[in-house]
Amino acid sequence: MAYVALADREQELSHPHSFLTKYIWSQDHKVIAIQYGLTAIAVGVVALILSVMMRLQLGFPDTFSLIHPSEYYQFVTMHGMIMVIYLLTALFLGGFGNYLIPLMVGARDMVFPYLNMLSYWFYLVSVIILMSSFFVTGGPTGAGWTLYPPQAIMQGTPGADAGIILMLVSLAVFIIAFTMGGLNYVTTVLQARTRGMTLMRMPLSVWGIFTATVLGLLAFPALLVSAIMMAFDKILGTSFFMPAIISLGEQTEYMGGSPVLFQHLFWFFGHPEVYIVALPAFGIVSDLLSTHARKNIFGYRMMVWAIVGIGGLSFIVWAHHMYVSGMNPYFGFFFATTTLIIAVPTAIKVYNWVLTLWQGDIHLTVPMLFAIAFIFTFIHGGLTGIFLGNVVVDLPLSDTYFVIAHFHMVMGVSPILVVFGAIYHWYPKMTGRMYNERLGQAHFWMTFLGTYSIYLPMHYLGFLGVPRRYYAYEGIEFIPQSAIELNAAITIAAIIVALTQIIFFVNMTWSLFKGKKADPNPWGSASLEWQTPDTPPIHGNWGPELPTVYRWAYDYSVPGADKDFISQDTAPSDTAPETNT
Amino acid sequence: MAEQALSNENTLTEGFAGIAEDWSADKQAFHVPWGKAMMWIFLLSDTFIFSCFLTGYMHVRMNTTVAWPFPSEVFALTVFGAHIPLILIAIMTFILISSSGTMAMAVNFGYRKNRKVTAALMAATALFGLSFVGMQAFEWTKLIEEGVRPWGNPFGAAQFGSAFFMITGFHGLHVSIGVIYLSVVAFKVYRGDFDRADNYEAVEIAGLYWHFVDLVWVFIFAFFYLW
Repeated sequence: MAYVALADREQELSHPHSFLTKYIWSQDHKVIAIQYGLTAIAVGVVALILSVMMRLQLGFPDTFSLIHPSEYYQFVTMHGMIMVIYLLTALFLGGFGNYLIPLMVGARDMVFPYLNMLSYWFYLVSVIILMSSFFVTGGPTGAGWTLYPPQAIMQGTPGADAGIILMLVSLAVFIIAFTMGGLNYVTTVLQARTRGMTLMRMPLSVWGIFTATVLGLLAFPALLVSAIMMAFDKILGTSFFMPAIISLGEQTEYMGGSPVLFQHLFWFFGHPEVYIVALPAFGIVSDLLSTHARKNIFGYRMMVWAIVGIGGLSFIVWAHHMYVSGMNPYFGFFFATTTLIIAVPTAIKVYNWVLTLWQGDIHLTVPMLFAIAFIFTFIHGGLTGIFLGNVVVDLPLSDTYFVIAHFHMVMGVSPILVVFGAIYHWYPKMTGRMYNERLGQAHFWMTFLGTYSIYLPMHYLGFLGVPRRYYAYEGIEFIPQSAIELNAAITIAAIIVALTQIIFFVNMTWSLFKGKKADPNPWGSASLEWQTPDTPPIHGNWGPELPTVYRWAYDYSVPGADKDFISQDTAPSDTAPETNT
Repeated sequence: MAEQALSNENTLTEGFAGIAEDWSADKQAFHVPWGKAMMWIFLLSDTFIFSCFLTGYMHVRMNTTVAWPFPSEVFALTVFGAHIPLILIAIMTFILISSSGTMAMAVNFGYRKNRKVTAALMAATALFGLSFVGMQAFEWTKLIEEGVRPWGNPFGAAQFGSAFFMITGFHGLHVSIGVIYLSVVAFKVYRGDFDRADNYEAVEIAGLYWHFVDLVWVFIFAFFYLW
């Protein structure tokens, strides 16, 4: 049998007939993507509300007595865990990954659609388990999102009875869901690209999502193992992470375990997790900048290698989260070095983004505004990362608001700005309608300036030494009155930013029904997902034949061409196309 | 495979340039079926799970405050009056490695499209696997009767029992899933599903999983029983 590439062979697609199989138990990657996206955003709203509750307590400690210390810790924990894993990871990989990968590489669907569907339903189960912990005795766990033992499973920590177990089970189910999806994304990118779509012609969005998925497949195992071991410590009474310890005046049964082991396992997952969230954002923002600046991305190859390099390096920096954990100080030297080396590929990416904008024909559309804002917040968060990457500078800043400001800037605000930008950018493709430009602009400016006014002052609080994760700061001598007042101001900004998101939801919902009908390619984008015969794309994505790719995804403003972009499926002999195929 | 040879014959570039060329081809990076590619990636991920289990185990073993029990003694059996260390584990290891042999033969016969022999060899592999799980159950029972529990044991450090039940349990789960998986594929082979599709890839994919489970056992055997 002559070798026929699999992507060219006849494929069996499930053809849904009823509403149930078309929209609920769907195997279409686009429907699954939207299911993932909506679930992630819904659970993200819960986390947003939790953060507002925390800010109310911090800003006006005496006014709002509805939050008690144990609830405060539960909110901290759930806010962190939901935002990092159940919102950002799920949205970038399950949402955007599912939607964009097959369309951008020219496939009809993911390689294993059934598994893909299963991935979403497992994810939903994990979210339900997590949410159910709000309703059990003792509430959700209040161990902090890092779930450090021994305190995570000791009596006295909120939710030490049922909450922590539900959290661990939910994480395990999430990891199963992610693995099923992740295998699909990686295999699709590697094995199911259309004719002419070489790896080095893929849009950077696909590169970012692909590399992040590989990181996830290698990093989540560490979280799974630590979750299993901690569940054993809690349920069976083993002592993997538990040293001999006295609790409530009595010696516990635990003996001889190692709490630092958990930290190593957790951060072996936890640091790549930062890049699982960041790399898709890097990729997507590159595409947004290039498209809306009508200019090819600067240094495409370097951008790809930077993504891969950052991904590789992210596995050998984990202990920079543990400078104060009591590990051998010589490790600090090693991990500080590797951490600072990551700044090199990251800086390459930032320079390339800026150089892409240089002398570009910049259209300040809503997605572009979000993309440019991302450059600001990311540089900001990246620079404070250099502070925290150095052991001597990190030690006094450890566990202060400086850390909070740093990671919210770099992996909170920055990826969320990209999420918004990406939603606005692909909204016309997903729904066939345009969003409302004015509401979008309002949403952008309020969110961007608002988040800056939340997190910029926190750096100052951190330098003052204001510790994080404290319920209240009254009566602490070194904290001046100005810091207390600043906290109130931050809270007001946080409430405004939270309320601003209502504009976003109103815009999305209103435009879905009443928005202007969108062109198939409103931005004049060269990449493949805008060249589908139908908008929104139907099941199977392409017409009778898969598209053929002749060029990279960044042919903008090519001299001599008729239009200011040449789509990827335009043949070289036909560089003045009037009709998109 | 012949297919692979065909597609690689024409232009072979040496060194790094060759690697880059292979990887940057369009359509697919590896000339293997989707299912096989996915199984490889899954196994890579699973490798990290077992590595984390084993490093975690080594870490607690080196950190315990109480001496670690001597595995050769704990896992010794008295057979016909002779006290033989690690005898059961040795038999289990032998069986599992033999099952890899029958699996490899099944894959071979699969590519020759020999339906009956393939099915029989896969069934034999599954039976080997089943006997492995059975012996593991026996080992667990024996240790539990001797008082070994996840939270403590009479021989020494409590983490011995914890790590033992966790790691062998997780591996045993893999073997059990493998037995079910192999049985299903063997049944499909026997029914002639793959003859009709003219494609025995599923046998090889199941084989990949099975060999992996065996390989992991070798590491568990070395690090847990022999150390």
